[in-house]
Amino acid sequence: MRESVKEKEMICIVCPMGCHINVVENMESEEGYEVEGNKCPRGKVYGIKEMTCPTRVVPTTVAIEDAFLNRLPVKTDDPIPKELIFECMEIINEVVVKAPVKVGDIIIENILDTGVNIVATRSMNKI
Amino acid sequence: MLNYDIVVIGGGPAGLAAAIEAKKEGAESILVIERDRELGGILQQCIHNGFGLVVFKEELTGPEYAERFIDELAKENIDYKLDTMVLDVNENKQITAMNTTDGLMNIQAKAIVLSMGCRERTRGAIAIPGYRPAGVFNAGTAQRYLNMEGYMVGKRVVILGSGDIGLIMARRMTLEGAKVLAVAELMPFSGGLTRNIVQCLDDYDIPLKLSHTVTDIKGKDRVEAVVIQQIDENFKPIPGTEIEYECDTLLLSVGLIPENELSRGAGLEIDGKTSGPVVYESMETSIEGIFACGNVVHVHDLVDFVTEESRRAGKSAAKFVLEGRADSDKIIETEAQSGIGYIVPQKVRIGAVDEKLALFMRVRNVYHNKKISVKADGKEIYSVKKKHLAPGEMERIDIKKDLIGENVGKLTVEVI
Repeated sequence: MRESVKEKEMICIVCPMGCHINVVENMESEEGYEVEGNKCPRGKVYGIKEMTCPTRVVPTTVAIEDAFLNRLPVKTDDPIPKELIFECMEIINEVVVKAPVKVGDIIIENILDTGVNIVATRSMNKI
Repeated sequence: MLNYDIVVIGGGPAGLAAAIEAKKEGAESILVIERDRELGGILQQCIHNGFGLVVFKEELTGPEYAERFIDELAKENIDYKLDTMVLDVNENKQITAMNTTDGLMNIQAKAIVLSMGCRERTRGAIAIPGYRPAGVFNAGTAQRYLNMEGYMVGKRVVILGSGDIGLIMARRMTLEGAKVLAVAELMPFSGGLTRNIVQCLDDYDIPLKLSHTVTDIKGKDRVEAVVIQQIDENFKPIPGTEIEYECDTLLLSVGLIPENELSRGAGLEIDGKTSGPVVYESMETSIEGIFACGNVVHVHDLVDFVTEESRRAGKSAAKFVLEGRADSDKIIETEAQSGIGYIVPQKVRIGAVDEKLALFMRVRNVYHNKKISVKADGKEIYSVKKKHLAPGEMERIDIKKDLIGENVGKLTVEVI
């Protein structure tokens, strides 16, 4: 998130070990970053991805009408870049859908031109 | 009197998996009783991803995971009753239940599966001082309001307890525009999964205050402020460490308790450590033909393990209905020793174990570079090296049946 920072401490979440790793920018290395504190190669991959392009799946809800609940759970069908999460939430919060909905239905197509869709994560009948 | 081969009490992930498995194993008439207005249990409010990695080899949200089982239940033509409350279960496998369409029902089952899940520990159970204003919620209750009913419970939030529900709600409230000021945790380590600490707290710069607890709640009508304080090694608040957060909401994520009123009423033996029924390797309880599975037996972190355990319960219940109980084998007791909090199953009939015996347990503390050692009557038969152990992450050990042998009286597990 903070682009000026060229070094970051983080906890690797690839496995339950939870290595405390330190990722430092180093233009002379092949990937552009050095990773310290990782106990396996996967920690290095994770650390560099977190520095260059961290992504997350965003699960949330949209308003739904004519259903027995007020909210329909949805998610991004692929991870989106972390810095777009709040912008993405603003768009999702404007949406009102009408029942019936089937799990997997696309609620918002290609959100913020990421190529990622917002899809329903459950079915809800019309009442 | 209604008659069924198997009655499953609770239509959450445990009950659904048990019922489906029992049907596949040949049980004819099965009834699932659910007190909520729909099936799926707690999964319907757990809208976050992370479910299904073991069972489906893909990452699903809670509702998606539930829907797969609900669809399968329909495909198997298994009966279920919603909005139905079970009042009593007795040792003769008779169930008293009621709802507004059938009225009072007496049901005779050949086998019963108990899958009632668990409940959140409340403010009363942890005795927080201070006023009793509106704005103090259990994290799971707030989750249901927010994710299903569409009510936002507050704008400035402090969370007590770093179990997974507390962590998930910290992120959820933040995404919906609230400011989460801090998560306070009594213990010197978090009770949640590491990936939740990273993805729910670190991602949003929410501070985790370990060895801290809430020592005051201010505000008469609505929460106005919450005071947290550091505690010493005897869990006593240290004077001078008070931090006051101006906020309107306190969420409590301070533990889950298996919901066993029905089990106790039926006279089942209860394990004081898990607060759930004592079970055999087949998930049978101390009463023949009554089985239990899921969070009613012990609180799980991963629904995938609940599914696996519940399939075992369903299969065993079907086998009991079709074949009757196998001749009673010699019983091996399992015992948690140093470093281990509890073990499920508590009892093992070695003859009934297929190939491997699966033992589930939690450690008492955070450990690095240790071994979990399993001994049969004092002699080590199996050990496994562990780089990292934490109470927040359930451990599973599979032991080959041949290693245990026929004439063992006790299996003990310890961290060394």
